Amino acid sequence: MTIKHIEEYRDPEISRAIVDRIKKVSRRKVRLMEVCGTHTMSIFRSGIRALLPETISFLSGPGCPVCVTDQKEIDAFIGLARVDDVIVTTFGDLMRVPGTDSSLQKERANGMDIRIVYSTFDALEIARKNPDKKVVFLGVGFETTAPTIAASIISAKEAKLDNFFVFSAHKIVPPALDALMQTKDVKIDGFILPGHVSVIIGTKAYLPFFGKYKIPCVVAGFEPSDILQPISILVEQIESGNPELINGYPRAVTFDGNGKAQKIMEDVFETVDVVWRGIGVIPKSGLKIRKRFSSFDAEKMIEFSAPESKDPKGCACGEILTGLKIPPECPLYKKLCTPIDPVGPCMVSSEGTCAAYYRYHNG
Amino acid sequence: MCLAIPSKIIKIENNMGTIDVDGVKRETSLLLLEDAKVGDYVIVHAGFALHKIDESVARETLQLLKEAAALVDKENADG
Ligand code: SF4
Repeated sequence: MTIKHIEEYRDPEISRAIVDRIKKVSRRKVRLMEVCGTHTMSIFRSGIRALLPETISFLSGPGCPVCVTDQKEIDAFIGLARVDDVIVTTFGDLMRVPGTDSSLQKERANGMDIRIVYSTFDALEIARKNPDKKVVFLGVGFETTAPTIAASIISAKEAKLDNFFVFSAHKIVPPALDALMQTKDVKIDGFILPGHVSVIIGTKAYLPFFGKYKIPCVVAGFEPSDILQPISILVEQIESGNPELINGYPRAVTFDGNGKAQKIMEDVFETVDVVWRGIGVIPKSGLKIRKRFSSFDAEKMIEFSAPESKDPKGCACGEILTGLKIPPECPLYKKLCTPIDPVGPCMVSSEGTCAAYYRYHNG
Repeated sequence: MCLAIPSKIIKIENNMGTIDVDGVKRETSLLLLEDAKVGDYVIVHAGFALHKIDESVARETLQLLKEAAALVDKENADG
């Protein structure tokens, strides 16, 4: 039998059995946070919410990279795009995020050179083909993305490309979990930890966090049984009062993670204190380019001006990203804020909680 | 942003792999992997392969899931 690692985990028989098990075990009301935006989407799309007993509710965490990017950074991206000899390259999901007075999409409509790329290789290629321009890649993402951007900086150095730059707004997940636990009024009974961030950092990266808070934590994948099984484990841990840190996605995640990717990330980036939208400054949670590679650092090498930043008025993204609110509790939700005309980033990104609710939640 | 779907490597040349994503061929960098081979299933994100799926672990997981499902069915049948 060859396995293709997808269909097998969509087997409805298996899902049903896990759901039965959860129904049997679950007594207490529990609030589980899925940290990763891709989980938010998968949980909605697969209809898992409807299958589970009412005792279980989900909170979406700060794991949508675009959503937690600070307004100042969004405005800086726009400022960069307005510089004459700059070509901005980015993944598609940043385009429509509203900055204080514009968005990348609007800037492109105004004639600025902004290009959507699939990977940083495309950005390197654009730099090669446009030697008289400065090509800036907007680096937004977590540990899954950061090593790919680091690799592109190393490739640019090897190829002696002197017109390729990165604006690094990357963030790392474990410090954010810590910050969440310290946020006033946040009540979380267990964490569904991100699968693909964990591919890179390994379960070992959560040990300090788990040691400190002793809260149930299970790493999960993205197919229905990859998510249901971790939920079942979390519920059992909560019911029995035995918190554990478990790898619920072992075909993809190891204890040590991807050492090569960790090393490349470590070589290129250093951790600094940065602002997360809605949460504030989280110590040592951001990745900035090290001095050694500063000739590739857009923030250091390119002069630009950005408008004075103001967060979108009335947007509750901050509270949503910390699990304090769900989208229907935002007064703008579905009224002034829709995916076509979004007010905040949580409605823009396909991984954003507001966008997921808008698409899949009735009411 | 995370493409969760594992893809099979069908060709490797100079640290670049060609992968088959549901019948569509795509290029992916193998720079972040230690030892990728043709035939491996890899998890790809933003043009880079990030992990080689461990076939034996995957089989084990599936086996466990199936056994657990059978157990629940048996419990249900027993009342
Ligand atoms: S519905 Fe719109 S305005 Fe309200 S929190 Fe979500 S993104 Fe912000």
